[in-house]
Amino acid sequence: MNRNWPLWEVFVRAKNGLSHRHVGSVHAADARMAIEAARDVYTRRMEGVSLWVVPSNAITASDPKEHADLFEPAEDKVYRHPTFYAIPDNVKNI
Amino acid sequence: MYTTELKERNQAVQGLSLEREDPERLAAFEARVAADDFIEPKDWMPEAYRKTLIRQISQHAHSESVGMLPEGNWITRAPNLRRKAILLAKVQDEGGHGLYLYAAAETLGITREEMIEALHSGRAKYSTIFNYPTLTWADIGAIGWLVDGAAIMNQVPLQRTSYGPYARAMVRICKEESFHQRQGYEIMMTLANGTDAQKRMAQDALDRWWWPSLMMFGPPDENSPNTAQSVRWRIKRETNDELRQKFVDVTVPQADALGLVVPDPKLKWNEERGHYDFGDIDWDEFYAVVRGEGPVAKERMTARVKAWEDGKWVRDAAAAHAEKRGMRIAAE
Repeated sequence: MNRNWPLWEVFVRAKNGLSHRHVGSVHAADARMAIEAARDVYTRRMEGVSLWVVPSNAITASDPKEHADLFEPAEDKVYRHPTFYAIPDNVKNI
Repeated sequence: MYTTELKERNQAVQGLSLEREDPERLAAFEARVAADDFIEPKDWMPEAYRKTLIRQISQHAHSESVGMLPEGNWITRAPNLRRKAILLAKVQDEGGHGLYLYAAAETLGITREEMIEALHSGRAKYSTIFNYPTLTWADIGAIGWLVDGAAIMNQVPLQRTSYGPYARAMVRICKEESFHQRQGYEIMMTLANGTDAQKRMAQDALDRWWWPSLMMFGPPDENSPNTAQSVRWRIKRETNDELRQKFVDVTVPQADALGLVVPDPKLKWNEERGHYDFGDIDWDEFYAVVRGEGPVAKERMTARVKAWEDGKWVRDAAAAHAEKRGMRIAAE
């Protein structure tokens, strides 16, 4: 083969009401073929009711080197979680 | 299916010195791995880790793919429609497993084409087990029971391997593998409870597949130079000998339940160790098969290359179609 088929990322919705979830990738010449390959590779056991395929090169990912800048600020903001606040046991429904 | 990590020509993984790595980054990497954190594709990793994984995952993928051949051989001759549908589904699973693993290897910077080229040119290895012939229908039972059973033993710990995409592929594969083993055992049960001729056929299959199945776990630990580093980096979680012992311990009672005899006169329960003792493996045979001298090694590669070449026009047509449609959409 002269050139590689593009890579597609595959997302499966397990059932209506749930969001599509990334399950893996396939190579395919075009989007239709990617759907068909994804169906064969990722839904042989009733894993889903809907498929998305997205060209891998259309995805912009965060860089692991930016991990501290992006994600560490959240670490000292525990007051965003409900368990940060102590409420007496006799106070209900809160 | 599974492959052990085999040494390949032109693969100088051991020659890749860690001394050239940035000590600070190496230490941070090793601390993450030691803490059971997963390494993801864009994370920094030592070159030797990357190379070891590419080799192991691609060998594993090749094994899944080549593993379709011995069983595909029996699809048209399955004894009834039920068995035929099951075998088709199993062989399709093996193809799927190959794809999950090729995709995982690709995240490390090797292309699908490079891997396939390495397989077809004979540079890449795959599991030695697939270079044995499937002579009778009982072989399909024995493969599911023993070969897939050995695969499960190997693959369960790999679900916690340190490289995220490999671990995720293994989770999917393990979920599907159990059906493979059970359908094989069911074939063996049917034959073992059948006519005398059928029972002999089942015993003959066990006789021929037992030792090659034990070899699937790879060379003994003392001759497996990469094991220590791979265990340290949590690429492997258990050694070849540990996994082999586990396999013997669970499989012997399964053979007993079939009323079949494991072809090893030295096989004996060792009360003190809490394990079965078993006879010596013919490692000369193993290394001969690794070198490509397996009974049907040439046939397997010929079939793979033929399938690839015969499918070329389909790949070309799909590419031409995609290009034409792309141009039409651009023109609109």
